Amino acid sequence: MQILSRIPQLLIYGVISGSILSLGGIGVSLTYSILGFANFAHGDFMALGAYIALGLFTLTAGLGIPSTPLGPLSFGFGFILSFILAMGLTALTVVLIDRFLFKRLRHTSSIILMMSSIGVALGLRNVLQFFWGPQPHYYIEKIQLAIVIPGVGVRIKPDQVFIIIAAIVSVGLVHYFLQHTKMGKAMRATADNMALARVTGINTERVILWTWVIGAALAATAGILAGIENKFITPELGWQMLLSIFASVVLGGLGNPYGAILGGMIIGLSEEVSTAFISTGYKPAVAFIIMIIMLLIKPTGLLGKRR
Amino acid sequence: MDTIVGIINYIVFFAITAGTYGILSLGLNIQWGYTGLFNIGIAGFYAVGAYTAALVSGPPPGAWDGRIFGGFELPFLVGLLAAAVVCGIVALLVGIPTLRLRADYLAIATIGIAETIRLVLKNESWLTNGVWGLQQIPSPLYDPIRAGVTRFLGGHPDLPPWLHDLIFKSYNWFYLLLVLGILFILYLIMQRLVRSPWGRAVKAIREDEDAAAMSGKNTFSFKIQALVLGAMIMGIGGSLYAHYARFISPASFKPLYGTFLVWVMLVLGGSGNNKGAILGSFVVWGIWAGTDFLTGYFPFTATQAASLRIIIIAVLLEVILLWRPQGLLQREKRPPTILKKKA
Repeated sequence: MQILSRIPQLLIYGVISGSILSLGGIGVSLTYSILGFANFAHGDFMALGAYIALGLFTLTAGLGIPSTPLGPLSFGFGFILSFILAMGLTALTVVLIDRFLFKRLRHTSSIILMMSSIGVALGLRNVLQFFWGPQPHYYIEKIQLAIVIPGVGVRIKPDQVFIIIAAIVSVGLVHYFLQHTKMGKAMRATADNMALARVTGINTERVILWTWVIGAALAATAGILAGIENKFITPELGWQMLLSIFASVVLGGLGNPYGAILGGMIIGLSEEVSTAFISTGYKPAVAFIIMIIMLLIKPTGLLGKRR
Repeated sequence: MDTIVGIINYIVFFAITAGTYGILSLGLNIQWGYTGLFNIGIAGFYAVGAYTAALVSGPPPGAWDGRIFGGFELPFLVGLLAAAVVCGIVALLVGIPTLRLRADYLAIATIGIAETIRLVLKNESWLTNGVWGLQQIPSPLYDPIRAGVTRFLGGHPDLPPWLHDLIFKSYNWFYLLLVLGILFILYLIMQRLVRSPWGRAVKAIREDEDAAAMSGKNTFSFKIQALVLGAMIMGIGGSLYAHYARFISPASFKPLYGTFLVWVMLVLGGSGNNKGAILGSFVVWGIWAGTDFLTGYFPFTATQAASLRIIIIAVLLEVILLWRPQGLLQREKRPPTILKKKA
């Protein structure tokens, strides 16, 4: 019975890790639907974002931008400013990688692009490791007390509330962008059929550019939020989550950003709840097994279209 | 003379490792080069092969071991075959849910299985000793060869010291021959296979799976066979590693680095060409070993040097993909024998 009493708390952890996985998954899903390849570098885009934010935070602190904690949160204005700037800089880096590499390989097959993304993944991770070293860097050194939600008896920290709110806001923005802007509409059209989109006068190169920008900005967000949750970051941060992200995306339906959100939540919850029953070390394996079961039952995923 | 002996010993060590990578590269070549299957779980199959060989041929659990299973002390070849069979079974389990789908799914599933294997090796200490790994894995014919060498050196006390040192290490020479011999046998088998009707079928699947299916080939079955065969070869590579290193632990099988190196070897050598696969493994291992010397001249810490070496290999891969996608050796183009006779 002791196991069962832990479950409400684990569900909270599941929602937090699910939020982070969803944000990572949206980028993987968008890249897949527009460019047609599984981007193995996405996890390392997350790590890149987290490290850029760390660098900028040190810089803002040096420039004297106040970083006194905002309200109950354990970080201040300087951190949030770094957060937003890091999203932009990550997007810029990713666009540059696309210009120099992926764009030139686009005429080959999706498998070549996938192979190339593995090269980018290892390259980026080791660039981070070269400059910052493999050891963890602390994001937040303050210990924060958890709030106990009355009645249910579960604990949640203000920072974790921030993570969930940031994820909801990001998902809302992506939804608005996809459904209510011209570029979003063009993006959905390109995902459906790139040749047809081009015939109707959609500038598909611009669509691809926006795909990378949004994917990378969300990756940076996911990486930074993971840093806030874990309190530290390592160059392996994104890679460690990549398998779970892929599992989320496949579970929701590869190529469907809404599927990635749903899949991310399910994987996040399952991984956390599984720790009540099996060793914590098997979290990524739980995601993997859920993915394999999904592939056996319905390979197109929960929200996927029939192909 | 001492430096020359040192260099020779290093070359032997180098060639044993490169030869083992050559076996992995051959295994990947049948999957990717000939059939077009994107397997990025090589390290997982390699680890399964190594652990299987160690458990089948190694000593039973000692007093300090956490494991309670394995250690049957069976001959080297039995362990080698067991490694191949177990890897084949794992590949079968991965292939069944994924090979009916697009290539991306196989890629994601293979990396998933590699990660899962690593977690199992780390956590299931009743079988694997967890992070402590398996020790005292016997090298084949080690004792008789060492006894022979000692007897020979005892009978020739007046040898120059450098020759003495060289002969003293002659077990490594034997192991090199063993690795190269197995590599050569596998190469011959692969060459026969890819030129057989089976080979033509998998190449047809690589070029256009729908067309191959239209010609009445059961493409799913062929893809499963290629995946299993490649994995079995990787298992053999793993068993050779275990018997040479004599100690294996989860840390020996970094999930992506080993896999990545094998991919760069095959892509650089020329995928779809068995000679290319072997050539690539020696060239890339040469570059890898060379960068080890090179980074020593710069004021980098050990971890920085390690990162830099991986960055160099990653850049190398992108350069090949951009400017020489066919690799060093192109695919063999053999016109059908009927056409040859006409000419």
